[in-house]
Amino acid sequence: MSAPTAVLDGFQTRRRAARSRVLKPWYRNGSLMAGIGVIGFLVLVAILAPVIAPYDPIKQDLQNALASPGAAHWLGTDKYGRDVLSRLIWGARVDLRIGFLAVIIPFVVGSVLGGLAGYFGGWFDTIVMRIVDIFFAFPFYVMVIVLVFVLGSGEASIYLAIAAVSWVSYAKIVRGEVLVAKKQDWVTAAKLGGMSDARILTRHIGPNVLSQAIIYGTSDVVMDIMAIVTLGYLGLGIAPPTPEWGSMILDGQEFITTHWMQATIPGLVVVLVSLGMSWLGDGLSDLLNPERRK
Amino acid sequence: MTDTILEVSNLTLGVRNGNRPPTVIVDDVSFRIARGERFGIVGESGSGKSMTLRSIVGLLPRGVEILSGSLRYGDIDLAATTGAARRALMGPEIAMIFQEPMTALNPVLRVGDQIAEGSRRHLGLSRAAAWDLAVSMMAKTGIPDPARRARAYPHELSGGLRQRVMIAMALSCKPKLLLCDEPTTALDVTVQHQVLRLLEDLCEEVGASLLFVTHDLAVVNQTCDELAVMYAGRIVERGSVERVFRRPEHPYTAGLLASAPDFDQPDRALVAIPGFPPNLAHRTDGCAFAPRCAFAQEHCHTASPPLEEHEAGHAAACFEVGRLLEATA
Repeated sequence: MSAPTAVLDGFQTRRRAARSRVLKPWYRNGSLMAGIGVIGFLVLVAILAPVIAPYDPIKQDLQNALASPGAAHWLGTDKYGRDVLSRLIWGARVDLRIGFLAVIIPFVVGSVLGGLAGYFGGWFDTIVMRIVDIFFAFPFYVMVIVLVFVLGSGEASIYLAIAAVSWVSYAKIVRGEVLVAKKQDWVTAAKLGGMSDARILTRHIGPNVLSQAIIYGTSDVVMDIMAIVTLGYLGLGIAPPTPEWGSMILDGQEFITTHWMQATIPGLVVVLVSLGMSWLGDGLSDLLNPERRK
Repeated sequence: MTDTILEVSNLTLGVRNGNRPPTVIVDDVSFRIARGERFGIVGESGSGKSMTLRSIVGLLPRGVEILSGSLRYGDIDLAATTGAARRALMGPEIAMIFQEPMTALNPVLRVGDQIAEGSRRHLGLSRAAAWDLAVSMMAKTGIPDPARRARAYPHELSGGLRQRVMIAMALSCKPKLLLCDEPTTALDVTVQHQVLRLLEDLCEEVGASLLFVTHDLAVVNQTCDELAVMYAGRIVERGSVERVFRRPEHPYTAGLLASAPDFDQPDRALVAIPGFPPNLAHRTDGCAFAPRCAFAQEHCHTASPPLEEHEAGHAAACFEVGRLLEATA
């Protein structure tokens, strides 16, 4: 009598196994975990900079300038004899902080304006989208560089310049998504349930459209870090001697033929950040879609 | 009949064309629904049945306007009710169930939250109380294991379960009038039957009147007490379901019944209605059905027949009722 039960048990186990292959829990999501791993590691390094950095990142040691990597200086020293590894570690603080913080303001401003424009339409939509078109006509980096040049270098003007330029992307993305979402039957159903526009926009449409903006945000962090690095490279970013990856690449390039590592290592770190953020973005897009998560 | 819950009088909907006369989509439609009554509107695509329904809930597509007539819910003029007053009405007074259970639920919210939202907003329930009510409504609609299913997302439920969720959502605030726009079209026939029975039972329990719009005569026969048949934007016949099915007084209704299979007479040949429905932009003075009608006389093409009662509680808009009844008797 036990045979049929055993068959049934086997069947159910197989079914469960098949199901878990299709719908993975979040911690089995490969790209999400890779992204969390890389970005988490870099953030940890930035937080622990005072503890783990072997040297003071701005202390000069001209006797020991342009030292090759060795036991004392794992990645060597720059032209002022400063430890490259310590500068990389302290630079993570500056670059990651600006990268993440600079995403928040444009994310909020752009999503709110784009959401309202898409939902209500009319003259508000026209005005907002014409402004977006104007900003879109200029390349991102050119606008940021010009604005920082006008506003003067420093962290505050970097935030301001990036916010002023990149909110338009969020506005465009969210508006497009809202335009699609507001025609869905479930929005009509919510209206028929007597829900107010504010509630429909925040509770019903919001969660459906913000995932796109969040995923764009992960790639925007990379754009922002690239902007900081570019600004640093042009000498418009963070004032020396504060360690920052862009200015390290700038400082290193004059020795590219003799000490190639000086410019290459900070460049590779920037690449690593972009890689980690795009993994994180891929993973999040799976996680934020209820049809693809467990 | 003081117990009228919805009264539609001489409703005319259309699209304005600048200086030229407007294109009329729904023409001079009148009917009333009594408390607890189940009223069906039958018609093919483009007959104006869905537009009539949409005008009641204020969801006319852009450009379509109420050109004349009135929509009264109790003492309230629905056409003049907008904004917050309209929102206060939708849910606890009037609720609607959609044709497509696949798209009428928000994909990123748990179905329990979606059901609970209405009772939190309209009945002022706490989060926990609204959730409990949602689960008990789901249980009433026959969803097995409602406490667990309430935590599901729409994509995790089948079409039949989703339509039950829609019903639970519509009825959770105990509305007095439930509007259904082809609620079972997207479901297969066995589930369709279950859902119709459920709608009937729950409306009775809640005391809601039902306005049911469909193209399916069999569905009306199963669910409704009263019915109106629409053709080209006008009501061509109106009366109790039993009378209309037994003795149709309009050739269009007779044609519809003759073209649908009847399981009591499986050998009867199905008769198609020749021709196509008219283009609403090019109306003639005559009866809109005249070009397709086997009974049409010359005057049918030049004058439009009024909707008249030929027996108590049964009206038809046809000059040739006598000849039709002779032919079918």
